[in-house]
Amino acid sequence: MLLKLFTTFFKIGLFSFGGGFAMIPLIQREVIERHKWINSKDFVDMLVLAQSTPGPIAVNTAVFVGYKTAGIAGAVAATFGTVLPSFIVILLLALFFAEVRENRYVDAAFRAMRPAVVALIVAPLMGLVKGMKWYLIAISAAVALLVWYFGFSPMYLIAGGVAVGIAMAIYNGRKGVQR
Amino acid sequence: MIYLQLFLSYLKIGFFGFGGGYAMLSLIQNEIVEQRGWITATQFADIVAVSQITPGPIAINSATYIGYTVAGVGGSVVATFAVCLPSLTLMLFLTRFFLRHRENRYIQIVVKAVTPIVVGMIASAALLMMFPRTGANENFTDVWSWVLFAACMYGSYRKVNPILMIILSAVAGVVIYALVPMMC
Repeated sequence: MLLKLFTTFFKIGLFSFGGGFAMIPLIQREVIERHKWINSKDFVDMLVLAQSTPGPIAVNTAVFVGYKTAGIAGAVAATFGTVLPSFIVILLLALFFAEVRENRYVDAAFRAMRPAVVALIVAPLMGLVKGMKWYLIAISAAVALLVWYFGFSPMYLIAGGVAVGIAMAIYNGRKGVQR
Repeated sequence: MIYLQLFLSYLKIGFFGFGGGYAMLSLIQNEIVEQRGWITATQFADIVAVSQITPGPIAINSATYIGYTVAGVGGSVVATFAVCLPSLTLMLFLTRFFLRHRENRYIQIVVKAVTPIVVGMIASAALLMMFPRTGANENFTDVWSWVLFAACMYGSYRKVNPILMIILSAVAGVVIYALVPMMC
């Protein structure tokens, strides 16, 4: 089980070009559809937790899946699997191939991979939005605009969301007592 | 002593790096370039470029690379371990707490409130990659970029394996941007 977690996340880590969000489609494919370690409800919860915790999103999602599947050892195995590919590749690059970046074939491949990765991030977003109420979609759109166009720090928006959530929870709690 | 300094710096970066990836860049730059002076601004730009063409989180890539530059293979191990440690521990506690109390009504309300914000943040990451606010658009360079984008959107809709799509895009890129111009 631990080995399977490790190899699956190694594979995910190896193909997640372009930062943490690029892992999302790979996680959907490998973790939800193939191994069925988490379901799509867990997936949304996992994204929320991973974004609310500091550090690379890739590591945070690996911890969630690993812990849910096989406890603390599972979390460590999944994290190790995620980190190892980039560690090895960067180290090799630093050791031997300083000129890889200037290689025309490498450059050509990456020029095409970048828009592909964006598509792979946008596609699962459609699935997430589909299940949401219209006013929640409006909030998402506002957040996207604030971060993208106005350069807001995501950290404050998350903190704001948590604060609103807690306020709503307290309000609901009061109502429950009055009844 | 350099190991301890690397460890502490990257522990700090891991601990305060909310929002992942690109949000962490300014934090890394501040700590490594301005505070510690371990590498120059140009070297830092190079590391960002290298991170873009290698798999994995940018925070980890930079930790490995800078750790190696500053103190060899041992330094890269120390820095990479340090940058992962805060997320590993914090996320473990959070996941454990969440999975035990997920049926709790209050927890559910808080998660529900944060979900649309997280969705918006992912959308903003995609928007930034498609239409950057500053600088040249490095992700969408010509009409082929949009063709590949559309093809991968359709592929995702048809549930094609994302790893296969990344490999096919790389092959298409070599053909479009390297082989064809060479033959013409």
